Amino acid sequence: MTDMTSSVQSTFVRPAQARRDIGIKKRYAAERRFKAYGLIAILIGLFFLFVLLWTVVSKGYTAFQQTAITLPIEFSEKIIDPKNERGANPAKLMTANYPLLVRDALVKALGIDPANKPLVKQATDMVSASARTQLRDLVVANPAIIGTTATVSLLAEGNIDSANKGQIDLTVAEANRKVKDQQIEWMKTLSETGAMAKQFNTGLFTYGASSRPEASGIGVAALGSLYMMLIVLVLALPIGVAASIYLEEFAPKNRLTDLIEVNINNLAAVPSIVYGLLGLSIFINFAGMPRSAAVVGGLVLTLMTLPTIIIATRAALKAVPPSIRSAALGLGASKMQTIFHHVLPLAMPGVLTGTIIGLAHALGETAPLLLIGMVAFVVDYPGSPMDPSTALPVQIYMWANEAERAFVERTSGAIMILLIFLVVMNLGAILLRRRFERRW
Amino acid sequence: MNMMSEAAVEKALDQKMNTVPFKMIGKDVSVYYGEKRALFDVNLNVRENTVTALIGPSGCGKSTFLRTLNRMNDTIDSCRVTGKITLDDGDIYDPSIDVVELRARVGMVFQKPNPFPKSIYENVTYGPKIHGLARTKADLDQIVETSLQKAGLWNEVKDRLHESGTGLSGGQQQRLCIARAVAVSPEVILMDEPCSALDPIATAKVEELIHELRTNYTIVIVTHSMQQAARVSQRTAMFHLGNLVEENDTDKMFTNPDDQRTQDYIMGRFG
Repeated sequence: MTDMTSSVQSTFVRPAQARRDIGIKKRYAAERRFKAYGLIAILIGLFFLFVLLWTVVSKGYTAFQQTAITLPIEFSEKIIDPKNERGANPAKLMTANYPLLVRDALVKALGIDPANKPLVKQATDMVSASARTQLRDLVVANPAIIGTTATVSLLAEGNIDSANKGQIDLTVAEANRKVKDQQIEWMKTLSETGAMAKQFNTGLFTYGASSRPEASGIGVAALGSLYMMLIVLVLALPIGVAASIYLEEFAPKNRLTDLIEVNINNLAAVPSIVYGLLGLSIFINFAGMPRSAAVVGGLVLTLMTLPTIIIATRAALKAVPPSIRSAALGLGASKMQTIFHHVLPLAMPGVLTGTIIGLAHALGETAPLLLIGMVAFVVDYPGSPMDPSTALPVQIYMWANEAERAFVERTSGAIMILLIFLVVMNLGAILLRRRFERRW
Repeated sequence: MNMMSEAAVEKALDQKMNTVPFKMIGKDVSVYYGEKRALFDVNLNVRENTVTALIGPSGCGKSTFLRTLNRMNDTIDSCRVTGKITLDDGDIYDPSIDVVELRARVGMVFQKPNPFPKSIYENVTYGPKIHGLARTKADLDQIVETSLQKAGLWNEVKDRLHESGTGLSGGQQQRLCIARAVAVSPEVILMDEPCSALDPIATAKVEELIHELRTNYTIVIVTHSMQQAARVSQRTAMFHLGNLVEENDTDKMFTNPDDQRTQDYIMGRFG
């Protein structure tokens, strides 16, 4: 008997021991390998994130500065209103030859012979063509300025601005570059006298679309985006929450609701351009809504955001512990009271997080807006969501198609602004979640 | 002296158990979850101002029966109840009965303490508010005080009524849930293993409380603990595989049960 047990022990113990040793080494090695894979994955992700941010920021940070040329402009009555008609016909002021004022000021400042036409042309090319409207607005707003001399800060032309920021390769033969040697000379002179200087580019935030980079900005597009976000928030949040509550709490569980659930999940993955087609055929072709209007964009983005909000809301409702429902029902609360007094407030952080993420998604969406005509050249602020407008990402898309160096930096600058919006929204979502997170 | 008389009263009450009127009557109660039948024609009556304990092994249907008494099973889609249950002679499954009103009369305390993640005050006032039991703030204050006193929690929480109910200890939370149930002045209180998540000291407090509540309320309690059933109840019902095996005075049940299965379960031979 004792023999048997000892032999059993000897045949059992040693192989087991041996097997365990090998197993442990292998397991630790596997764990180390897995950790290494994970680390590599994260490093690759971080590397690409860094490359992305570095490319955008290094190209775009200059967009926040703009070269301006400050000149004493003589608002000569002879040029603006030679026949003194402005009293009878104020519209005359709208059509006066303002570029001539700029030319005269430049000729004086740079000491050019006014008779040398090619040279004068080169000089006037340095100032943005938007100077015409700038001076016109000044005069229309204050006609008393006529006959006086005022110092006005004019935008430098896009290429001059780029040259001033050192972005134009001066080793290229003069004939092949947009900025001529003579203009470089003048830039030096003007910089030395302080007439030419870089200043913070407020225009980037306030101007609308323009074919001249120095006069273009994201202001108009941002307002269009704001209109759309408001429409999405006002429509998608209540509709999405109502739909989720109905599906999650009231709807019978049958094939139809299963089908609806599957379809909502599928809709969240539908390419956004399909929503654009839907919006085009329903809102514009069928309902006859205006093309290129923020209201249509908002409706299309609402459709696109709804599945995201519904999925997030349902998940948040599901996460509320059933014990809370039982407690309320057990006290004699109706189903409606249970949901609105207890379940929904507890699910609110999740609902809001889903909504903000949906909104952020909608803010960055371009494709559906292309189809409903929001790739528009919109110069003026839209007064209402029914007016033609464009959106921030669409503005970026349009700038990205431009060749001029000044548009390249504006593209990246606008991307930075859009990214900041998105980061702020996501931070808001995180803060909301932290703030209202409850434990039970 | 006081203790003596109390014990004497209780003893007298226990002995006269057969003469105590029925509060709720369950007749041929069967419950189905979809195709599966969970209760088989249970005939069980609950006597007024009595603690009735439901015992039996897991899955025997005791919780299911408890939940038919205030129609909490209605919240499960696939659940179907047949037979008849009356509360003071009114059929609680009658279509004219409003389930909200029924649950105000038949309150419930759950296995896991489940206070709302709100203040202690709001936890207690929620029921009275939705049932319109209080008109003024003073009424509510009064309800909060009496309910918490009945639940033996007043002295522990009176200085922090506006702190979160979830910040209390497990035993306090469960007593808060009892106070919350008591606040709507129910006639019957159902308790589904109210002490299973509590430590022995908290359990003792809740048991003591059940004892006191018996004077004003009819109590039905599901428990897994034989000792608890023996300690708190006057009547005990034993379930097994969806059948009611035996219902008897607790004393008799634990000393000389009629059914062999009850004997076996109480002795720990199965379960």
